[in-house]
Amino acid sequence: MTAVTSDTPATRQAVPFVLLAQVILIANSFIMLYPVVVMVLSGFKTTGEIFEHPFALPDFTQVGNFAKVLGETAMPVYFVNSVLVTGTSILLILVLGTMAGYAVARYESRTNTFILLFFLAGLMLPLKLAVIPLFILLRDLGLLDSRWSLIVTYTAIGLPSTVFIMAGFLRTLPAELEDAARIDGASEPRIMWSVMLPLARPPMAIAAIQNAVPIWNDFFFPLVFIQTDARKTLPQGLTTFMGEYTTDWGMLFAGLTIAAAPITLLYIALSRQFIQGMTAGAVK
Amino acid sequence: MHVSRQQPRTLKHRLWVAFLVVPPIVFMSLFVVYPILSAFAYAFYDWQGLARGEFVGLKNFREVLFGATMAPVVWNAFLHNVYALIALMIIQNGGGFLLAWLLYKEPFGFRFHRIAIFVPVVLSTIIVGFLWKLFLNPNFGIINQALYSLGLDSWARPWLGDSSTALGALILANAWHFVGFPALVYLAGMQRIPPEVIEAARLDGTNEWQLLKTIVWPLVAPSTTILFTLLFIGAFNWFEIPYVMAGLDGSPFGSTDVLGLVFYRTAFGNQSASIQNFGMGSALATLLFLFIVVFASMLTLWLRRREIQF
Repeated sequence: MTAVTSDTPATRQAVPFVLLAQVILIANSFIMLYPVVVMVLSGFKTTGEIFEHPFALPDFTQVGNFAKVLGETAMPVYFVNSVLVTGTSILLILVLGTMAGYAVARYESRTNTFILLFFLAGLMLPLKLAVIPLFILLRDLGLLDSRWSLIVTYTAIGLPSTVFIMAGFLRTLPAELEDAARIDGASEPRIMWSVMLPLARPPMAIAAIQNAVPIWNDFFFPLVFIQTDARKTLPQGLTTFMGEYTTDWGMLFAGLTIAAAPITLLYIALSRQFIQGMTAGAVK
Repeated sequence: MHVSRQQPRTLKHRLWVAFLVVPPIVFMSLFVVYPILSAFAYAFYDWQGLARGEFVGLKNFREVLFGATMAPVVWNAFLHNVYALIALMIIQNGGGFLLAWLLYKEPFGFRFHRIAIFVPVVLSTIIVGFLWKLFLNPNFGIINQALYSLGLDSWARPWLGDSSTALGALILANAWHFVGFPALVYLAGMQRIPPEVIEAARLDGTNEWQLLKTIVWPLVAPSTTILFTLLFIGAFNWFEIPYVMAGLDGSPFGSTDVLGLVFYRTAFGNQSASIQNFGMGSALATLLFLFIVVFASMLTLWLRRREIQF
């Protein structure tokens, strides 16, 4: 990539245009970040201060709202549930997705295309619309109103894209690696585990991030499947929380800030991986 | 070819491959294929709460499309989904394309702007919904407060309480949330255009607008295909933002009602009335399903045709 500032004829542009572009980008970044900043700042204010001075900087020593959200509400419970559900789902997605992807990519067979198409169909269909039969199935399996109801659903949603990412990557690894190990007498499971999978960490990371964000943020399936307050995840718990404190805006903003903090901070620290992971399916 | 592709198909080998593919396929069959196929079947039955009643043929479909109570609600919601699709196509995907083009030039602060654009994308829709609901509060929200402080008192209004502005406010909140996604997908598409192509055009004296229209836009067609298809599916599955910001009934006066809300109300009950109608819900889901699959496929095929290989 060449930078705009380089002075070759091809990239030199009119000064007004460059200025305009800069102004638009700065305005856009302001629009993207300012609401988030207001959310955080308002968490440090009392409700009265929010109403009287909505744009003023708060006194950052007033952490009462945050202490109350963490100490007196069920938010920590929702947080733990989100961690458990997201973590287990990602683990299952990676294990099952890698197994199918490996078989499709490394072993020639007549059913390969069929298997890949089977997963491709799952990629296109919105499972949200099959929520009624899923609800009844989970009830029959005795999983309704448990964290497992969410885990199996998220795993089913995340599997197709993961199979594609893994199969696509594993296919690019040279066959010589396998052959050498085979000549040395390594078994097939051993070749997969010790030779191929250590090389497959980057696509696994992409698949993990691509699935983690929508799973962590999902609201629809918990809304339908979970009734018990102690099993709610963060987005669903947030609706309970917001319903309880409708008039205490300081608490509301503190709650939103706490809910948004983990993933936002992680994103800022790992922005490149996040962007790559979340746009991977569309960019390929 | 490679030795590994011509493995002897011993029993042990077959068992190993089966061990790899069977669990994922069983999992997918149980939790994706079976529910989707059942959803079609369920639509042909009468339901009493959670219990399946008798076979009623197309009754549920007729009720959803032409019935006196359901049809007006469904068509009203469908219209809102169409509005949202068109508006988001322009604001969200169009805005994303322009932002991508500005970023493509790698101006000063490129990294910062790229991170900033994507911050809302990683937030939960629920957080985004509540945040904007608080900002749009008629009395104390910062939107009206800002208008008052600018002396634009007449512009201030109860955005979410006014049926002429409520849907627009939800669409803008959605665009704020997701504009970063098309922006960065388009940026990646632009970065794959061979730089010589753009340089050659510039040397020929092509102006900015012609360059965008005749070179960049056609060459990022693969990005457009996937983004438009995803937006289409997303717009007809729209649920979270309307649910959080406007409520389950699509208030005020159904002006923010969308098919996702109608489906949820029909299938899982109105909180106050607590009625569940799985038959009608399944019929609505089936119709929406077929609509999305048919039109998304047509859209994809049509958009694919204009993609150029280079």
